[in-house]
Amino acid sequence: MKLKTLVLAACTTAIVAGSASADLVFPLLDYRTGPYASGGIPFADGYADYLTLLQERDGGIGGEPIRQIPCETGYNTERGVECYESTKGEGALVYQPLSTGITYQLIPKVTADDIPMHTMGYGRTSASNGEVFSHVFNYPANYWDAASGIVNYLLEETGGDLEGKTIALVYHDSSFGAEPIRTLQALGEEHGFTVSLKAVSPPGNEQRSTWLEVRRERPDYVIMWGWGVQNSVAIQEAANIRFPMNNFYGVWWSGSENDVIPAGAGADGYRSVTFHGVGDDYPVYDDIQAHVVDAGLAAGAGDQIGTVLYNRGMYAAMLAAEAVKTAQEIHGVADITPAMMRDGMEALVIDEAKMEALGLPGFGPEFSVSCADHGGPGSSAMAEWDADTQTWSLISDFADPDKDVIGRLVMEDSLAYAAENNIPETRCE
Amino acid sequence: MPIWLLNTLEVSINGLMTGVLYSLVALGFVLIFKSSGVFNYAQGVMALFAAQSLVGIQTGQVPFAHLINAITGLHVSRFGFDVPSILAIILTTLVMVVFAWVVVRVIMVRLVNQEPIILFMATIGLAYFMEGFGDLMWGAELKSLDVGLPSGGSFWIEDVTAQWAREGETYWGMYVDTLDIWATVIAVFLVAGLTIFAQYTKAGTAMRAVADDHQAALSVGISLNRIWIMVWSIAGFVALVAGIMWGAKSGVQFSLSLIALKALPVLMLGGFTSIPGAIVGGLIIGMGEKLFEFAIGAPFLGGATENWFAYVLALLFLVFRPQGLFGDKIIERV
Repeated sequence: MKLKTLVLAACTTAIVAGSASADLVFPLLDYRTGPYASGGIPFADGYADYLTLLQERDGGIGGEPIRQIPCETGYNTERGVECYESTKGEGALVYQPLSTGITYQLIPKVTADDIPMHTMGYGRTSASNGEVFSHVFNYPANYWDAASGIVNYLLEETGGDLEGKTIALVYHDSSFGAEPIRTLQALGEEHGFTVSLKAVSPPGNEQRSTWLEVRRERPDYVIMWGWGVQNSVAIQEAANIRFPMNNFYGVWWSGSENDVIPAGAGADGYRSVTFHGVGDDYPVYDDIQAHVVDAGLAAGAGDQIGTVLYNRGMYAAMLAAEAVKTAQEIHGVADITPAMMRDGMEALVIDEAKMEALGLPGFGPEFSVSCADHGGPGSSAMAEWDADTQTWSLISDFADPDKDVIGRLVMEDSLAYAAENNIPETRCE
Repeated sequence: MPIWLLNTLEVSINGLMTGVLYSLVALGFVLIFKSSGVFNYAQGVMALFAAQSLVGIQTGQVPFAHLINAITGLHVSRFGFDVPSILAIILTTLVMVVFAWVVVRVIMVRLVNQEPIILFMATIGLAYFMEGFGDLMWGAELKSLDVGLPSGGSFWIEDVTAQWAREGETYWGMYVDTLDIWATVIAVFLVAGLTIFAQYTKAGTAMRAVADDHQAALSVGISLNRIWIMVWSIAGFVALVAGIMWGAKSGVQFSLSLIALKALPVLMLGGFTSIPGAIVGGLIIGMGEKLFEFAIGAPFLGGATENWFAYVLALLFLVFRPQGLFGDKIIERV
């Protein structure tokens, strides 16, 4: 009897595993718990809901069903790596860890395992050099693009004159927060402004010293590089000291509803750089509402649609799905492997016609990825918060960053990495 | 006055007021440790849970809505009415009393006479349970907390102090947050209330008796259960006050529970068994870390030294006075 049960169980497992391996597998390295859950939840919801939409509306991608494997990381690097190890054997096509710490740990692993990783707007910036980082993609924009995007916007606002101005950088005292320092200093040398550094101890519940310093120094502009509670506390403190909100700019990880709503009316006019559209005025959301939320299949409560981080998660899933389609076209099979997915990501082309067909007209910039360029154009726009209507709106068009400065920094950093790890830079020749 | 002196004064005042907020968190630890010898690791999570419950009740949120929706297929989220802040605070206090009762009946009573480390481990478990339970009950998304307390720099103080600078020097006036002033006033009332309760009421006397010696208190007919429920309830109320003050600054989210980390150096410095110690410890840590950041941390060490300095200061005190400034000196007789 026992033997019969074991044989039956083994056969069932084999059948399930066999059928599962034919799916397009998307591991979801989410964080719905822990100190950064308020940011992790909407992103995870957006990512999962878009994939659910494709499954429910289109029956998958290219006729191949989609399987999602959620794994909770809690924004903890060790748990993130555990999630990677436990899901990679399932045929995972692409990882999107939403954590710079986890990204750094996974770079050598995904390269060795031949699985691509997409770190959109975060992670290791110099990974945009595809010659060195064969399996890491950070299109359509990275941290340094964000820093340059903010400076370009300021240049436009001041008629190109930032000479003698002071820009304070209020940053998360971590590798993530320190990312823009070199870029801003390099841009400062070029445009004649001074960068004043203000580190904030994570998580950032208490920032009185920092903002007393800002109040004493009266910088012309403040740029914030934060995540989680740091953002909302900083915006509240800036409002308290009556720092002009339209001189206060955040990186895209400091520009969600979570960051501004706690400060109430004081946050009105706060600005944040973004690499995608804002709000829910896109046709794709009607489909998500009908096929996912109303069908009771939403990953969360269905109340995050149109929020900044939901949009970003949805955009990430859309780019992953488009890369799957590209890979299917290249290789002529629907059931692609992770290696084929990497080829698809490397040949990805996003144009306005495609965005419109997907129900996302004007949502993001047009771009194409290549073997050498895994970073895309780095275009960004500026969004402003309206506290009365509780909405973000774009106040500029998408514009390119300073590619000369960023390209130089990317090359320096990526070539140093290549030298340390004996990576030949001839992959794309 | 020279500008540097005015700036130092401003940093000191702000440090003292931040210290009051640290003290509010530390008070909860002291109350429970004093009465039951338990270092309550869950105090920070209690502040988070209390704040989550307050916002949930205030905004008429349906508790366990996600769970109900997932099981039944319904789409409930709100009752459709708001609850006035005062009533919401009273109802949240009741929630914390129920919480205290459950903790004592389910955990504490079963662990009587166990080693302190066992009790400490139990509170670690409680903290993790409460984290998940709070999220399940009220959701993990960020919530705004507004009970009507004013916030922002005081114009009056700014205007008055702007005159203190020497003629010809540019000075913007001193910055003091009105929310911090309120927090200080509330903390003073809270400590005064607790002191009066402990010194002049029958229940307070019983609480002090339990704190001094469990067995002696039991032998004269004091119910350990009842006192523990009372103490955990008071600690729950203190957690609610701390949750309101911190939640008003940052919104209610998981990071609120991490304020407990700021209470640890306060306890190390003030002593685990002294209410005045928690207050004085908070003030010293608050002012010390702000002055250090102002004078040394930011100009010479790249900033963000406050968390680090708070623990260094507490460790220095530990070296010279292990029981803290006001803690009971432990004498073990062999």
